[in-house]
Amino acid sequence: MFKWLHRFGSAPFVYRFSGALAPWVGGACAVLLGIGLYLGLFVAPTDYEQGESYRIIYVHVPAAIMSMFVYMVMAISSAVFLIWRMKLADAVAQAAAPIGASFTFLALVTGSLWGKPMWGTWWIWDGRLTSELLLLFLYLGYMALRAAIEQPQSAARAAAVLAIVGVVNIPIIHYSVEWWSTLHQPATITKLKPSIHESMAVPLRFMIFGFLFLFGYVLLVRLRTGILQREARASWVAQLPEIMRFNALAPAADSQAVSPSKHSETKHG
Amino acid sequence: MAEFFNMGGYAAFVWPSFGITFLVLWANVWFAKNQFKRVTRETARRSAMTRAKKQARAS
Repeated sequence: MFKWLHRFGSAPFVYRFSGALAPWVGGACAVLLGIGLYLGLFVAPTDYEQGESYRIIYVHVPAAIMSMFVYMVMAISSAVFLIWRMKLADAVAQAAAPIGASFTFLALVTGSLWGKPMWGTWWIWDGRLTSELLLLFLYLGYMALRAAIEQPQSAARAAAVLAIVGVVNIPIIHYSVEWWSTLHQPATITKLKPSIHESMAVPLRFMIFGFLFLFGYVLLVRLRTGILQREARASWVAQLPEIMRFNALAPAADSQAVSPSKHSETKHG
Repeated sequence: MAEFFNMGGYAAFVWPSFGITFLVLWANVWFAKNQFKRVTRETARRSAMTRAKKQARAS
């Protein structure tokens, strides 16, 4: 069992495994989002209080839930990286950050588009909105910190510490609607007995899982990119079919390399 | 059909929400795939160069 688990510390294994997994995750994501979109826009009934505007829930809630979920993935990977010095965990955290930032951005924008007709304002500085905005800054700060420190090892370590410290914001986002109840409504989905009718909840579940699988797909692709960048000099990388294939397609690369000149170096760029 | 696009008068809020969401989701996929292709190409070129250098040194 542990031997099997141990393979997830091996870069070539994770690279190949995620490559094999990605198309399935991507396919499932397309199916889930397709069904969710159809049910959410055409089948789910009109809300008696909010009319058709409530349909924004089908993009707002998945984005908001995933913005926190991705942060937890990023923070846990960062902790694994700091504790066990596992480089792959750092690659996971790095791959997750921009996806999480984009989900947070979506939660804020769709929330604003929902707030205007329902609350009469695009934005207020209430607990939920402010802590979600802070989440966006945490993601952006994480990426900026990585980009700012030149030495990759210190950049990874500093960013991991930031990700872990930022975790305190996650329970604040979750409980903000109870601690400071202003305009944002309390949780309807993420509690034991959801206060939403099944006909409206089913499409939402499809959308949430669709977002989850989209995160999975993009994470796998970005993780493979990160592994290639980290292991560029490893011999297993040179033997990968996708690397070999490119070399076969451009045999000129070999002859150029023997006598490198400015001209030949820019040819493929 | 027109009624559907009207969204009970909330078209100006519902459609931009769905529009920007799917734009951002699509962009996530597109940028990730594109970056992977670019890094694969760069890695392949670099590995070809190191191999060629090794060969040149050996001969």
